[in-house]
Amino acid sequence: MDDSNQQKVGQISGAEIIMRCLQEENVKFVFGYPGGAVLHIYDALFKQNHFKHILVRHEQAAVHAADAFSRATGEVGVALVTSGPGATNAVTGIATAYMDSIPLVVISGQVPTSAIGMDAFQEVDMVGVTRPCVKHNFLIKDVRDIAITIKKAFYIAASGRPGPVVVDIPKDITAEFAEYDYPKTIEMRSYTPVTKGHSGQIKKAVKILLEAKRPMIYTGGGLVLGDASNELVKLARTLGYPVTNTLMGLGGYPATDKQYLGMLGMHGTYEANNAMQDCDVLIAVGARFDDRVIGNPDHFLSVPRTIIHIDVDPSSISKRVKVDVPIVGHVQSVLAEMNEILAAETNKPDAAALKSWWAKIDGWRGKKSASYDGSSTSIIKPQYVIEKLCEVTKGDAFVTSDVGQHQMWAAQYYKFDKPRRWINSGGLGTMGVGLPYAMGCQLAYPDAQVACVTGEGSIQMNIQELSTCQQFHLPIKVILLNNRYLGMVRQWQEFFYENRYSESYMDSLPDFVKLAESYGHVGMNIEKPADVEGALQDAFAMKDKFVFMNFLTDKKENVFPMVPNGKGISEMILGSDTNANDAADEMEG
Amino acid sequence: MQMTLPMRWKAKMKHIISLLMENEAGALSRVAGLFSARAYNIESLTVAPTEDATLSRMTIVTSGSDEVIEQIIKQLNKLIDVVKVLDLNDGRYIERELMLVKVKAAGALREEMKRISDIFRGRIIDVADGSYTIELTGSGSKLDAFLEALDKTVILETVRTGASGIGRGDRILKV
Ligand SMILES: Cc1cc2nc3c(=O)[nH]c(=O)nc-3n(C[C@H](O)[C@H](O)[C@H](O)COP(=O)(O)OP(=O)(O)OC[C@H]3O[C@@H](n4cnc5c(N)ncnc54)[C@H](O)[C@@H]3O)c2cc1C
Ligand SMILES: Cc1ncc(C[n+]2csc(CCOP(=O)(O)OP(=O)(O)O)c2C)c(N)n1
Ligand SMILES: [Mg+2]
Repeated sequence: MDDSNQQKVGQISGAEIIMRCLQEENVKFVFGYPGGAVLHIYDALFKQNHFKHILVRHEQAAVHAADAFSRATGEVGVALVTSGPGATNAVTGIATAYMDSIPLVVISGQVPTSAIGMDAFQEVDMVGVTRPCVKHNFLIKDVRDIAITIKKAFYIAASGRPGPVVVDIPKDITAEFAEYDYPKTIEMRSYTPVTKGHSGQIKKAVKILLEAKRPMIYTGGGLVLGDASNELVKLARTLGYPVTNTLMGLGGYPATDKQYLGMLGMHGTYEANNAMQDCDVLIAVGARFDDRVIGNPDHFLSVPRTIIHIDVDPSSISKRVKVDVPIVGHVQSVLAEMNEILAAETNKPDAAALKSWWAKIDGWRGKKSASYDGSSTSIIKPQYVIEKLCEVTKGDAFVTSDVGQHQMWAAQYYKFDKPRRWINSGGLGTMGVGLPYAMGCQLAYPDAQVACVTGEGSIQMNIQELSTCQQFHLPIKVILLNNRYLGMVRQWQEFFYENRYSESYMDSLPDFVKLAESYGHVGMNIEKPADVEGALQDAFAMKDKFVFMNFLTDKKENVFPMVPNGKGISEMILGSDTNANDAADEMEG
Repeated sequence: MQMTLPMRWKAKMKHIISLLMENEAGALSRVAGLFSARAYNIESLTVAPTEDATLSRMTIVTSGSDEVIEQIIKQLNKLIDVVKVLDLNDGRYIERELMLVKVKAAGALREEMKRISDIFRGRIIDVADGSYTIELTGSGSKLDAFLEALDKTVILETVRTGASGIGRGDRILKV
């Protein structure tokens, strides 16, 4: 067909083209793991020094680390894996990024073109496998298509609603030759993401906001992804309205601000959930009315309210809840436009109505739903560890989390004042992300404090990365809230399965201190409340050390408030109105 | 501002959706995969390249409440390979489907089958000793009506293409 396996003047190999493309995209780190199908690529990688390759210990961790790099910096994360098992190992990472709209380019090797479909060694239909969990994917069939495809991949990943893009490249293509020409810009007739919102809709929204008696601002991951915190703070301060953030939106509005009501949803605060339910005008900003956020939609819709919704993705709008004023656009430009209109506006919010609304909210706040019994001097409360972590790091660390109770406590008790500091898996809820997430953050910000809050269940899902952390000298601090249970599972079993703790314990745990030490890290066991703060100070004082802190925490502590499945968001179980903890007590024996 | 009913309470309506997409390997599976992944109904789906070989035109017959149809359209638009989507039910349109039916046609049935075929403006396109193959085009409901008019025992085989749709008059779906 063509003679692209003969190098001509001006031509370079497919593998070299890939390197040049990554360089062009200013990629700083590629997280990956080699194998047969990507040997040409790794050979080209060996000869370049524009980006650093981070050799992980499992491909899942490569994708998670690239994902965290993106969450922390806003840049596109890049991972590189081999065909077959390398590719399938990456799938959990890709799906995790997809659910939280994180821009990634994942390059996977594929068997040679002639072997595709032959059940060749290490062949898997990566495009087919990942189709439901990527924003888009490509199989490259011609060396001359590599550059344009990679260009498209980065463009698609980062624009509109961000997401992961997989580029599957057969081995023979990486050895063939072509001229290298990287397009500066790209246009696709089938993909034209909206940026600016509709001005008429924006004006209408501002008018409705100004007429509100009981307004509420609800923001999510889209605000963080769209880097629109400053615009939001300006809008909220101008109006004086209450603000809540989803789990994905934490840090989008400063947690220590008096207008902030805390997180909402299943484990949200009493005030945030009640204000959400009771408001007459709700503005949703880059948030998608998730089932863990609004609880039972019938209950949520049983009271009338006007809903304004800003989102880049039209399919997020009116998906679970019918919206009155849809605004499709980038959060940053839409909020900026709202601020401009408000600046020129003579009408002001209804001060009297707002005053009584805040009085009502303060009443809810009085419940102090985010509190715990910290009176024990012998048992460490997990919430206390997070409070101290926040103090010791001055609320300014990058905090990654795994999935479970510890995740919720980290979200509730660490006060995030800045966006992109809270790095966790919300949509897929993937146990095992914590450590690779911390790697991505620490590589992005070598001098920053990076804490990985985890559980003894979750940390063991990517524990092999302790080795990667040693190799790359990553001074991460692991905050293990070790309750010897798959705590979140145990909590549901306690509440909804009459304490039948089916397979939710964690037995045969390793000696985490020795484990950490075997990798050249520092390990600590912390068993008493009095030692918590000091240990944290010691750990963070070791600026160039990876410290694994094993906190033996209360086995039976539960996450409150909690909205049980199927209930409305204002139908919460509070820590103060349950004797659930006592029931767990008895089980312990 | 009015109270909204939960989506599942609402009536399901049949819709015909037309779309143009890049004529690329895998594009069809993205659409099919979307429908199965999101549990949307799919009654029929037809696809073929257009006069511009870089584009394929697809007609999908589906059903759902207004909210579900709105989501289907949005999700289709979100697919990177999809260039344009049109819900034909938003205006006037023509729907046509082709069906081939092989029926028993021995003895007395031979006349009877010819007569029914004529009534529905069918064409007999193959004649064998004991059977006819009838070609019929029309809307899906016309084809259904034809099958209903036949005694089940005379039908030997049917094959339908699924509906193709096009807007009436000035309604044009083009890049
Ligand atoms: C154990 C556990 C418990 C949980 N409990 C809770 C809980 O109590 N409360 C809670 O809130 N969540 C909770 N979650 C998380 C929950 O599952 C969802 O992941 C989360 O609520 C979704 O957040 P979001 O609505 O901000 O949407 P995201 O998933 O962050 O989506 C972002 C939205 O913004 C849009 N967007 C992206 N970029 C832009 C842009 N530039 N401009 C405009 N729009 C943009 C996207 O299209 C999307 O619609 C829990 C998860 C786990 C694992
Ligand atoms: C990969 C994966 N498997 C299973 C689950 C279900 N799950 C959610 S939380 C949880 C328990 C986590 O235990 P641990 O890490 O010890 O945290 P804890 O809840 O005790 O704080 C499990 C099993 C999940 N989210 N992810
Ligand atoms: Mg645990």
